[in-house]
Amino acid sequence: MNSTNLSHVSSFNQRRWKIRKAVDTVARRIVQFGGISVIAAIALIFIFLLSVIYPLFGSSSVEHASEYSVPGDRTDTLYLAIEEQAEVAFRVTQSGQLVFFNVENGDIVSEGNLPIPQDDQITSFEVVDEHFGILSVGLQSGGILFFQHQYKLEFTETQRIIHPQVIYPYGEEIFQVSNQPLLEYAVGENEESLTILFSIANERIILQSFAKESSFLDETVTLELGERAEHPVVDPILGLLVDPEQEWAYILNRDGNLSVFDIRQQSLDLREKVQVTETEVKPTVIEFLTGGISLLIGDTQGRLAQWFQVRSEGELPFRLTKIRETQIDNSPVVSLVTEQLRKGVIATSQAGVIKMLYTTSERDLLSLSASDGAIHNLAVAPRADIFIAQDRHSTIKAWNIDNHHPESSAKSLWGKVWYEDYIEPDYVWQSSSASSDFEPKFSLVPLTFGTLKAAFYAMLFAMPLAICGAIFTAYFMAPSMRRIVKPSIEIMEALPTVILGFLAGLWLAPFVEKHLPGVFSIFILMPIGIVLFSLLWWKMPTRIRHLIPEGWQAAALTVPVIIIVIVCIQVSPYLENWLFDGNIRIWMSEELGIGFDQRNALIIGIAMGFAVIPTIFSIAEDAIFSVPKHLTAGSLALGATPWQTLLRVVLLSASPGIFSAVMIGFGRAVGETMIVLMATGNTPVMDFSIFQGMRTLSANIAVELPESAVNSTHYRILFLAAFVLFIFTFFFNTVAEIVRQRLRKKYSNL
Amino acid sequence: MNTEKLGFIKSGTPWVWLNAGAVSISMIMVIGLVVLIAVRGLGHFWPKTIWEIDYNDRGNLILLLGERSIVETVSAKQLNASGAGYQFEDEFVERTLLKIGNRDIYGVDFKLITKPGEVEVRKPKDAILFERTQWGNFYGYLESIEESETQIPVAADKLWQELQTRMSRVDELRDQIHQIEKFDIGRINYQLEKLRLQKRKLELEGINDKQAETDISQGRDQLNQDYEVLKNELDQLYVSIARDRVLMRVANGQQKYIRLADVVKASKPNAMGFGTKLMHYFVNLKDFLTDDPREANTEGGIFPAIFGTVMMVLLMSVIVTPFGVVAAIYLREYAKQGFVTRLVRISVNNLAGVPSIVYGVFGLGFFVYFVGGNIDQLFFPEALPSPTFGSGGLLWASLTLALLTVPVVIVATEEGLARIPSAVREGSLALGATKAETLWRTVIPMASPAMMTGLILAVARAAGEVAPLMLVGAVKLAPSLPVDLNAPFIHLERKFMHLGFHIYDVGFQSPNVEAARPLVYATALILVAVIILLNLSAIYIRNHLREKYRMLEQ
Repeated sequence: MNSTNLSHVSSFNQRRWKIRKAVDTVARRIVQFGGISVIAAIALIFIFLLSVIYPLFGSSSVEHASEYSVPGDRTDTLYLAIEEQAEVAFRVTQSGQLVFFNVENGDIVSEGNLPIPQDDQITSFEVVDEHFGILSVGLQSGGILFFQHQYKLEFTETQRIIHPQVIYPYGEEIFQVSNQPLLEYAVGENEESLTILFSIANERIILQSFAKESSFLDETVTLELGERAEHPVVDPILGLLVDPEQEWAYILNRDGNLSVFDIRQQSLDLREKVQVTETEVKPTVIEFLTGGISLLIGDTQGRLAQWFQVRSEGELPFRLTKIRETQIDNSPVVSLVTEQLRKGVIATSQAGVIKMLYTTSERDLLSLSASDGAIHNLAVAPRADIFIAQDRHSTIKAWNIDNHHPESSAKSLWGKVWYEDYIEPDYVWQSSSASSDFEPKFSLVPLTFGTLKAAFYAMLFAMPLAICGAIFTAYFMAPSMRRIVKPSIEIMEALPTVILGFLAGLWLAPFVEKHLPGVFSIFILMPIGIVLFSLLWWKMPTRIRHLIPEGWQAAALTVPVIIIVIVCIQVSPYLENWLFDGNIRIWMSEELGIGFDQRNALIIGIAMGFAVIPTIFSIAEDAIFSVPKHLTAGSLALGATPWQTLLRVVLLSASPGIFSAVMIGFGRAVGETMIVLMATGNTPVMDFSIFQGMRTLSANIAVELPESAVNSTHYRILFLAAFVLFIFTFFFNTVAEIVRQRLRKKYSNL
Repeated sequence: MNTEKLGFIKSGTPWVWLNAGAVSISMIMVIGLVVLIAVRGLGHFWPKTIWEIDYNDRGNLILLLGERSIVETVSAKQLNASGAGYQFEDEFVERTLLKIGNRDIYGVDFKLITKPGEVEVRKPKDAILFERTQWGNFYGYLESIEESETQIPVAADKLWQELQTRMSRVDELRDQIHQIEKFDIGRINYQLEKLRLQKRKLELEGINDKQAETDISQGRDQLNQDYEVLKNELDQLYVSIARDRVLMRVANGQQKYIRLADVVKASKPNAMGFGTKLMHYFVNLKDFLTDDPREANTEGGIFPAIFGTVMMVLLMSVIVTPFGVVAAIYLREYAKQGFVTRLVRISVNNLAGVPSIVYGVFGLGFFVYFVGGNIDQLFFPEALPSPTFGSGGLLWASLTLALLTVPVVIVATEEGLARIPSAVREGSLALGATKAETLWRTVIPMASPAMMTGLILAVARAAGEVAPLMLVGAVKLAPSLPVDLNAPFIHLERKFMHLGFHIYDVGFQSPNVEAARPLVYATALILVAVIILLNLSAIYIRNHLREKYRMLEQ
């Protein structure tokens, strides 16, 4: 060999070889990256969903922002408020001064005084409507003055300017309701009327109604004097309350005795007296929770309780009931404010502790020691992003709040919660409503229940058909027929679920409703009919029996199956007339007490069963078909019948495969969206009846996610629902996959 | 083995037959479903007879004109108990849902009538059906034709012919109007919007460029001038199209003027022979496939939905194929069978098993709000606060569906790779080829039909998937197609219509479900036909492939 000759060639080859090698390496890298990216994709979905859900369970925090001495005069503060943008705050003082000041540094933006006559003075203060900023003061002379703080926004090129102002919604006139000083009073107001409840010298209470008249020319509203009613009281009064709808009045005395009056007829109609505190314990403060339905009562032991009227079966149609209670501090509760858009509360104690909590979810969000003494005045911004408090050293402190999702807790998502206006704690999903002070109900239990119910009925329908079908196709069917059946089932799997859902909702549901007795007789008669047909066939002379070769029974059965269906449907109206008095739905609800929805679990069972059958069928068929042939051959050779072989040998060894088929089918049924969306009523009820609808997690996401605000609690809870679905199917699929991998290994060993 | 000696039960015969029954029930369900959709969907286009019925409506004698929509048998007891004032003596009553149309006159499109009330039934030859741009179908008789509000003297038997000629003139004008409104004015609006954004961008960046500003305002003036010209042209066309109207008589004798401009199609179904009907059938079918929807999607065609579906699927294919194929090659050709491959396989299976709505949720949160929101911040700040990529659109829908269909491509490709005999690879390697060359030159070409199968199946899956699209960009009515003549021609950020979503929307969200039902069946038929065809071709390719490899191995 001449090595010099070759070296010339090989240097060229070497260069080429290097390039080829490099290409090879690059290709390897790319392919590896592609393979790993599949894991990355699933991990990304997992992590992203988790990152959206995480804030739901994060804790809240506040950050001390600033501190300044009280702007305005040195008299007592009656009221503090913050406007929507959380830039300007508002203070009303005992002397009638109105001060608007910057939340951040306390600089006065503007100030003014209430138009109170020189010889008169303020004796009391009440909020009329927190949301619109309507306030009122009670006077020494027995009059009431209504006023309102408003904020106009102006946008220039670079910034936003807020112009605060005070207006008088019912004019600057003072409404003379009494001839004695107004010490305790309450105002309830809605769009049509206004009601004032006040006490006179702790001996009687008076209810004065006004009707609202709005002028057509300008939008001014005037108050027309209405009915007046009174009722004696002897106890020293702690607080009076009238709800905005003016249906109920509450009077709490200093011993903790709460009287409930029905004022719907503009009269004081005593309904109930309830002791709201234990003996020796005194109430300290009473306020409405946002919405005016619940009462919040604080006591000297530092506890805060929520009460509302619950519809009851007894002699009284409503009973005031204690719903929940929480500990604010060890010292007495002195004041509390409620958030305007949510059911959140901030309460303070004698010892200067401030605690934030959320009623519906029963979450104690945080508590901080804010001062060395009682805080009587505090205000929270409408968006609940900032709050200010005035302590006893006449200092105002401001805190930024980070508290985005107080509505969610393990209990509010998965437990029974007692919502306002409900007769008992319950699982409810109701995420939105037209009213602004609505209490969102985020229980995932009815949705999970609906999901499992839909999947259960679907599996009930699909499992027998799919598994039996798979057994016959894999074990008995003639190969030439199998070549037709398998692709047909594959096409069945490929049918879009939107089409199944559409047919189920618009065709099957009315059809089943109309032929209900017929449909049920199909379920009963079909197996009987098939067995009878097989018996008939068995008894036939051999000559006829040979017309259908072994393995073609399924083809032969199509005719009897169709006949059974047609006969049942044809007979259905006669059955209905004969057995159920012409209308089975009325008969069921009257005789059995079963309600009937047109789009119900039966429809879902059939439609979603249809979608799940091919999934189960293909995997089960694969498992049965790949049972090694020498096992069956051995069994048959030992004298077992094909049926015995199937039961004792084939099914036994294929059972893990069938199990994994059922798992995957179940996973598919759980996640299916379009069919349940279109063929159920989508009402989140918890009723296992086959004739009732349901709402599933998936359909709920499809309906509500497009309308939910990004990063709101609702949005995140819908992501949580998606995550639950993800984990659920992940679990079932992984179990099924592991079982299948084991099975494959076992077969290959055989 | 002779089972006959064992007896009926012991031989297992009834159980075998029951199993066979499960197969036949499944098969009947599949075939029955396809037949149901086919019959209902295809029936929609066939011109239906218009019946004139003297109807005794619980004592009142009225004259009705319309198509029989649904005929069914109802238990008389139920009807008698319904409180509608029926008193039937027979056990069952035949009831018809008659489509009487003329929503502008009657308020409703349908009337339920019972067989015993039908005193006399006729098939009037001169009954006319108008499909209109609004108020749904019109059924009635032609009285006279007016041009500029003066009746034109035409003999009664020539009226129909006259109407036809005038209809074709109106059709032509309508096409011109459509051309101007949709394309010419659409283009001007698009360019105006672009100029507005350019100006805003300059403002945002704080650039004080006099030249650019004058350019923009000049461009805007030019466009506005163009618009004025088109506007004049359009006004003239509108005057021209409003020239003719017809005086129609409806069943109860009431007379009504209908502008021909409002009539899309006029036909006399009762006067048609089989051949004419067949012709009309295909014309209707063609219009259905190529027209835009009308009247909140309950009438007209489904062209934008077909177009949107095709666009989305194409884009998805471009994204999904490389990823799926590379992942499959990794699993089959590169990875050592061990922990990592097991993990990949479990991931693939889970990707396939994750509910489609979860992909939708992920797509909305990740692609639309996270990625799209950031793209808007970085590249389209001038359009904010209205989102460009930060709301659902074609691109995000395609990406979401690509993620959803990647397992389909992986599984099919892997199966194809597994069937290639290892001798082929070994041969190539033995001749000195590197692994990459072996793959590129021999393995991939041999596996390409398998990849094709995977892609076809992925396309079929994507075409039928609706749940995720509801969240990431499919809408009931898209203002413009995602592809048009305005640069850059393909608008990936636009919302689009989709066949599956269209079915859901029209069938369940539309105000007039009863009237829209035939249209939903027709749409469903198109979708099912496409998907079955795709699947059959995939099955065919796969079987063909198996045969080929079997031969290769021998």
